[in-house]
Amino acid sequence: MSTLLEVSGVSVSFDGFKAINNLTFQIGEAEMRAVIGPNGAGKTTFMDIVTGKTRPDEGRVLWGEKSQSLLSMSESQIAQAGVGRKFQRPTVFEDQSVQDNLMLALKKNRSPFAVLGFRPSGQDLDRVEELAREIGLIDALTRKSGELSHGQKQWLEIGMLLAQEPRLLLVDEPAAGMTPAEREHTTDLLVEAAKTRAVVVVEHDMEFVRRLNCKVTVLHEGSVLAEGSIDHVTANEKVIEVYLGR
Amino acid sequence: MQNPSTTARKPRFLLADKPSVLIFLACLGLFTLGVTVLAEGSGIGVISTSFVKTLGKTLCLCLVALAMDLVWGYCGILSLGHMAFFGIGGYAIGMWLMYARTELIVVQSLSTAPLPATAQEISDGIATQIFGVVGSSDFPPIWGFAHSLPLQLAAVVVVPGLLALVFGWLAFRSRVTGVYLSILTQAMTLALSLYLFQNDSGLRGNNGLSGLQNLPGLGDVPQSAVSLWFFWASAAALGLGYLLCVWVVSGKFGSVIRAIRDDESRVRFLGYPVEVYKLFIFTLTAVIAGIAGALYYPQAGIINPAEMAPIASIYLAVWVAIGGRGRLYGAVIGAGFVSLLSTFFTGGQAPDLNLGFYTVQWVDWWTVLLGLSFVVVTLFAPKGLGGLFDLMANRLSPNRHGADLGPDAGALREKEADT
Repeated sequence: MSTLLEVSGVSVSFDGFKAINNLTFQIGEAEMRAVIGPNGAGKTTFMDIVTGKTRPDEGRVLWGEKSQSLLSMSESQIAQAGVGRKFQRPTVFEDQSVQDNLMLALKKNRSPFAVLGFRPSGQDLDRVEELAREIGLIDALTRKSGELSHGQKQWLEIGMLLAQEPRLLLVDEPAAGMTPAEREHTTDLLVEAAKTRAVVVVEHDMEFVRRLNCKVTVLHEGSVLAEGSIDHVTANEKVIEVYLGR
Repeated sequence: MQNPSTTARKPRFLLADKPSVLIFLACLGLFTLGVTVLAEGSGIGVISTSFVKTLGKTLCLCLVALAMDLVWGYCGILSLGHMAFFGIGGYAIGMWLMYARTELIVVQSLSTAPLPATAQEISDGIATQIFGVVGSSDFPPIWGFAHSLPLQLAAVVVVPGLLALVFGWLAFRSRVTGVYLSILTQAMTLALSLYLFQNDSGLRGNNGLSGLQNLPGLGDVPQSAVSLWFFWASAAALGLGYLLCVWVVSGKFGSVIRAIRDDESRVRFLGYPVEVYKLFIFTLTAVIAGIAGALYYPQAGIINPAEMAPIASIYLAVWVAIGGRGRLYGAVIGAGFVSLLSTFFTGGQAPDLNLGFYTVQWVDWWTVLLGLSFVVVTLFAPKGLGGLFDLMANRLSPNRHGADLGPDAGALREKEADT
């Protein structure tokens, strides 16, 4: 399996505090990975670096077959290259309908002039409906997304990510604040997505991670503490010490 | 299950989808027709020529308010510089008007001389006429194109557009947003107006340009007719500007800029180059403002740097807020209503209000009244005057328990939005 994203030797510090310390991380295409770690382990900063929000002090972030560096690209260029990100808090455009939200995310030319002349084709509308059906919002297409429940907003955001057709999906705590039934649906969505693309899930909830049934990376103080199957890492002495509690 | 194709797949035709556009254009058409019939220029004379000019100027202010609504109400950029672009448009057309008319006068006065005047003599004569007030008799380089109407008309569009492009590129690229961007645009406006106040700026300092109501070569045409021409042109510009704005804000482009208004960084992570979108809107609205100014000042007759002071741009924001941000007709209603009311109160037509112990003179108290109504509208009727139409259409605010529609400073507030 070829490597899609390769992060190597990355460090970043904020006012002297090392949020990420010589972090190395790799993920292949069509792979699911869970990233866990206690608060302040650098999970969100890691995502910020990959998506271009934060520039690291040192290290390399390489992308795709051509090993293109992501460090010189802007957030929007990285997103266009195929990195999609879901934030912890659901962030959808609340003043706009579910359909508009999905249409915004649909993989299309993003330049202003192309967008100015854009009118959705039947195919685009079909794709939006298909996505809406997948995330269980087919009956809410014309509703403003601000009216949706917390869980529905999370799904809408996942739907928007899928519409972007990213090659790598970064998902920050997707199950936070969800009911058990909603969690199950979310797991299904993510597992399905990981069949065709790389998915990195940052999560606190061990139960949820166990259900994803994938390789786990444990972060601690900005670097990788352990990596392997969930049973492997939970058996690791150091992991038990820093994360699971003695 | 409800069939989604019946709810969400209505064909989206620009006009059919938006009855408000047709209603707006019909109202504008009827208004134009009514004023034309009643104007002095067409015989009946119920409406005086000066009032026709006031109405024409108001239409230009409505047009610049549309631009403001596009940039602020839809894209979340609270620019306090759009009246500067408006003024630049006025200066651009004013230079040609003043030059061409002075040229006619100079040529005429020199024609009585025994020898035919040389081009140099004519040019010197014009320069002395125009710049005598600032103690100069040479043309500054900035007047290099003033002899040519097409070039000055191009300047109406190009100069505000270029200024906005360069300024916007610098500001947006550094990710200056919210109140800091407002301050920056205000600083630009202030700097421009202070520069123009100087005599050696080449635009006659605080005298500004005057006599703009006289069209060169049309001295025989009475002002009652000229005022109607400009009124029609202003109405046409407002109608076209409205259609342009509707086209821009409907569809996916509008969706993107409203998303930028509510949550800029999220739009970035969707892969949209946010800065380019902002720059596009900022420049487009600057051009609209320039055109509005070029139609306004020939009706006003005079332009001076005070017109471009920051307060003018703040008024513009107040009109849009009172009219209702984020709805195009709101901007037009706000600008039209408030500026006409302002003309009424500051023109000395409003009768003084005798309270017994104090007599309220509206010329002085109008700004206080305006300020108070701005506060009241912002607090209690955030949808503004345009919101009254929402009541008729039965559109309500969403109940979001006080939460804004997005994390950004320019995001719509709960009460500004509809469900």
